[in-house]
Amino acid sequence: MTEMDAGLVAEQIVQSDQVNEPTSRSEVGRPRRRKEDTRLLTGRTQWTDNLSRPGMLHVMYLRSPMAHARITRVDVSGARDLPGVVAAFSGEDFAAEQGSLPCAWPVSDDIVIPDHPPMAVSEVRYVGEAVACVVATDRYRAADALDAIEVDYEPLPAVLDMNEALAEGSPKVHEAGNKAFSAKLTSGDLDAAFEGAPVVIDRTYVQQRLIPSAMEPRAVLADTDGESFTLWTSTQIPHVLRVMLAMVTGVPEHRIRVIAPDVGGGFGSKLQVTAEEVLGLLLTRKLGKPVKWTESRSEGNLTVHHGRDQIQHVRLAADADGRIRGLQVSLLADMGAYLMLVSPGIPMLGASMFNAIYKMDAYEFACTGVFTTKMPTDAYRGAGRPEATFAIERMMDELAAELDLDPVEVRRRNWIRHEEFPYTTISGLTYDSGNYEAATDRALALFGYDKLRAEQSDRRDRGDPVQLGIGVSTYTEMCGLAPSRMLGEANYGAGGWEHGAVRMLPTGKVEVITGTSPHGQGHVTSWSQIAADALGVPFEDVTVLHGDTAIAHKGMDTYGSRSLVIGGVAVLKACDKVKEKARTLAAHVLECSPDDLEFESGAFEVRGTESRKTIQELALAAFTAHDLPDGVEARLDSEATFDPENYSFPHGTHLCAVEVDTETGMVKIRSYVAVDDVGKVVNPLIVEGQVHGGIAQGIAQALFEEAVYDADGNLLTTTMADYLLPSAADLPGFTLDRTETPATSNPLGVKGVGEAGTIASTPAVVNAVVDALRPRGVHDVRMPCTPERIWRALNDGAQEGARP
Amino acid sequence: MIPAQFDYARPASLDEACQALASDEDAKVLAGGQSLLPLLRMRLAYPSTLVDVGRLPDLRGVHDRGDHVFIGAMTTHDEVVRSEVVTAGCPLVALATAMVADRAIRHRGTFGGSLAHADPAGDLPAVVLALDAVLVARSASGEREIPAAGFFVDYLESALEPGEILTGVKIPKLGAGWGFHYEKFHRTAQSWAIVGVAAAVKRSNGAITEARIGLTNMGEKPLRARATEAALRGVELGDQVRLACEEAAADTSPPADLHAQPDYRRHLARVLTHRAVRTAAGSP
Repeated sequence: MTEMDAGLVAEQIVQSDQVNEPTSRSEVGRPRRRKEDTRLLTGRTQWTDNLSRPGMLHVMYLRSPMAHARITRVDVSGARDLPGVVAAFSGEDFAAEQGSLPCAWPVSDDIVIPDHPPMAVSEVRYVGEAVACVVATDRYRAADALDAIEVDYEPLPAVLDMNEALAEGSPKVHEAGNKAFSAKLTSGDLDAAFEGAPVVIDRTYVQQRLIPSAMEPRAVLADTDGESFTLWTSTQIPHVLRVMLAMVTGVPEHRIRVIAPDVGGGFGSKLQVTAEEVLGLLLTRKLGKPVKWTESRSEGNLTVHHGRDQIQHVRLAADADGRIRGLQVSLLADMGAYLMLVSPGIPMLGASMFNAIYKMDAYEFACTGVFTTKMPTDAYRGAGRPEATFAIERMMDELAAELDLDPVEVRRRNWIRHEEFPYTTISGLTYDSGNYEAATDRALALFGYDKLRAEQSDRRDRGDPVQLGIGVSTYTEMCGLAPSRMLGEANYGAGGWEHGAVRMLPTGKVEVITGTSPHGQGHVTSWSQIAADALGVPFEDVTVLHGDTAIAHKGMDTYGSRSLVIGGVAVLKACDKVKEKARTLAAHVLECSPDDLEFESGAFEVRGTESRKTIQELALAAFTAHDLPDGVEARLDSEATFDPENYSFPHGTHLCAVEVDTETGMVKIRSYVAVDDVGKVVNPLIVEGQVHGGIAQGIAQALFEEAVYDADGNLLTTTMADYLLPSAADLPGFTLDRTETPATSNPLGVKGVGEAGTIASTPAVVNAVVDALRPRGVHDVRMPCTPERIWRALNDGAQEGARP
Repeated sequence: MIPAQFDYARPASLDEACQALASDEDAKVLAGGQSLLPLLRMRLAYPSTLVDVGRLPDLRGVHDRGDHVFIGAMTTHDEVVRSEVVTAGCPLVALATAMVADRAIRHRGTFGGSLAHADPAGDLPAVVLALDAVLVARSASGEREIPAAGFFVDYLESALEPGEILTGVKIPKLGAGWGFHYEKFHRTAQSWAIVGVAAAVKRSNGAITEARIGLTNMGEKPLRARATEAALRGVELGDQVRLACEEAAADTSPPADLHAQPDYRRHLARVLTHRAVRTAAGSP
């Protein structure tokens, strides 16, 4: 996309903002500009790295250059003598107190959860694992002093390939072997489904390893007053982290306060209990001084947990008319060297999603988690669901090609029809609502599907060196993680509720406290809209507090498109409780029965009279407490915890047209249409932003990004010159629209939107690329579909774009 | 990503700068810093002193010198792109410079800096090579002119001697009948060229009378596609041009890296040279 195009896109967003200006007085549904942005865009930010404490020291970590080795000696004494160095430590120095980094999701009975010391003591298992550290008066001295630390390693064999890792006689990552866990889900009679099936499609797809690349690198600042500890950290999960720090280190929970100040993105990568967070706490305890660490981008590429990395073997049986009979999925999921917070749960989040929006007679999902000597994998935007959606949506295109049917038509013949909701799928989930027909019809119209197909056919006939490909992706996802009971059944270590609280201040202003922990999602704005409607107060009169366990004391944080669906609803329910308290007080003041009161536009009115009290007046009355009914507390403040009964299931249809230059292999996205159904929308501007970013991130997996390790287990993609992130200049404008089928599982009717774009877009793009090349005998290109892979696929179809 | 310790000097005159460099063989010139600073931060370079030439006024600016355009070494890419003297006198330089990295880098990075860095993946070395430009260097012992053909010695190595500073580049004006194009093949707007082709083509009565072709990232240093240049001489536009461009990868030794293997780069060189020559010849 040219810079001019980028300008046009920005203009379109502004226009749609104006178009969407609502006529009603309702705040929910308005494209409000974000309250957060003035501060963020004018530099009045509180990133962890901006923070300073009196006497603050800086820590830098020495990291293993070996993928796998025994540590035979660490000598930090050379570093201790250097100017400005306050202390230097090796893993031995922490061994007695550092515990093991937690894994909260033992997904199976056979799971092996190896000890995971925050600083390696006797063995390193991936390049980048911390082996020593230097604490100095500034970062520069700390960095220089790292060179003076001596470490002797006795090399052990690297374990890099999942299939080889599982083979007999493979070198072991851990004593117990290289299999982390195995899990299986079966439903229906798979043998019957495949036996005699007119069509059986058998494919293997590779979900390459990705590096999450949040805009703000991680940073941790820890301080102590000698008794208690405060940790400022760039995290998505201050609440979970506080509990886990207490469990790992033995520091009592009530002595730990975790603050997530401004956090610049996470995409799942900051849903983690990191070595540097634990070590930060231990360092401040050892030294009695504040200690700060900020990673560099290259350090982050090595040591922020990675995402994806699966080998998917998928078999699909269908009738001659394209109706799916059965689906069999067999996954290898690369865990890397250790199981981190939810590593094993990530592929399992896809277990019930490979069947997607389709009906079928039988389904089997089997997954093996594998240890390798690489950085551990864990949550990355979509977490298990993009992988599942990719596989099934690629298979639907393969099925269409096999039967010479239009890929949209094959999907129509298999998807759940709107009148069939609620629908319990073959994998056991109950989808509450949806309308795949409506979203798809709208997308086809916006895309100009028939016209593009005609152009495609024309280019094929002419043998045009630039071929057109059209990719379809009709996705759903399960999000709003998660109903606590279902998490319990899945053996997850915690619940999935969320907490919200409302403080009515004496002047009638409102403080909303949320347990969600926004790091770019705009909760301050959206929660203000929800509270403004619920309480009948102006949007401007609401502030939202979050991200500090001393202020928002209770929460389950932000990930899995859960914040609005669970946390937003908790805010709504807290507002309802405020209103009930205010009703009691209003009835007392207005000398009527509570049942005679109507709440309208922020005031209680005695039905049929002009007698009324605003919620602000009632807040003041509660504050002065001069005339409260007997037994009523002097406050309207309320809190609520919401636990959903089901996941939510956003869905949509994404269509992508690509031009593939068959001479060079270069792919250019010609047009992209996304029609998403995320239920009711609180703020269309924020939703549009989430979809834009999500699509960009999914396209990035399809075309650009891949973490590459060499044969010795060294990460080669440690800089942005080697790990390619697309920028606005590399992406087309997106045509977005929505259909709206409210969720029935929550009172707001919302479904969550944080991951949808990422889940939908990757298969849409790869399907388009393959569609362009199919007449040339190509039926797959490995991601990312680089120009070189496409060129090789064209010139040797048998290679299927395998890495040269 | 913290550089190792170094001394910093910001001389007020070119002479002072030359002296500073001459007195310390591990000193490095700091121009726009767009290549050097990443090397420092990754601790791939350990200069003892950085001699910052950013405040030397004589090194900045574009001048029309009749038969050639003189571009001061410290002229930023952005200034080059916006210069009417460049657009009129050596349009190929403007075309290629507009494709260097991204806008932020073009505002900091300098024309001379990217040549002195001698990165074969940089866009400008192949351009000055194709245009037979002359690079001007100063040292304590005086001024010296180095033809582009002799300037690029090896990977990240130029003909500049220790103590020498590149002060500017003389770009010959090619006159009437010439057409130009820079064809850059890269995966994201900000990334280096996997392969780039700089083409200057002269036509007379429909036939190509002369072609000069520089190749980016096809070897340890920027290269001229001499075989193609020779094969294009006297050729009418059409199939023969394509055939001539099949020679574009002759005598190259392209690198293998994460973005491309050598055989693919050779293929790209042929395709992109054909495209660059056709466009330069006014036949897109």
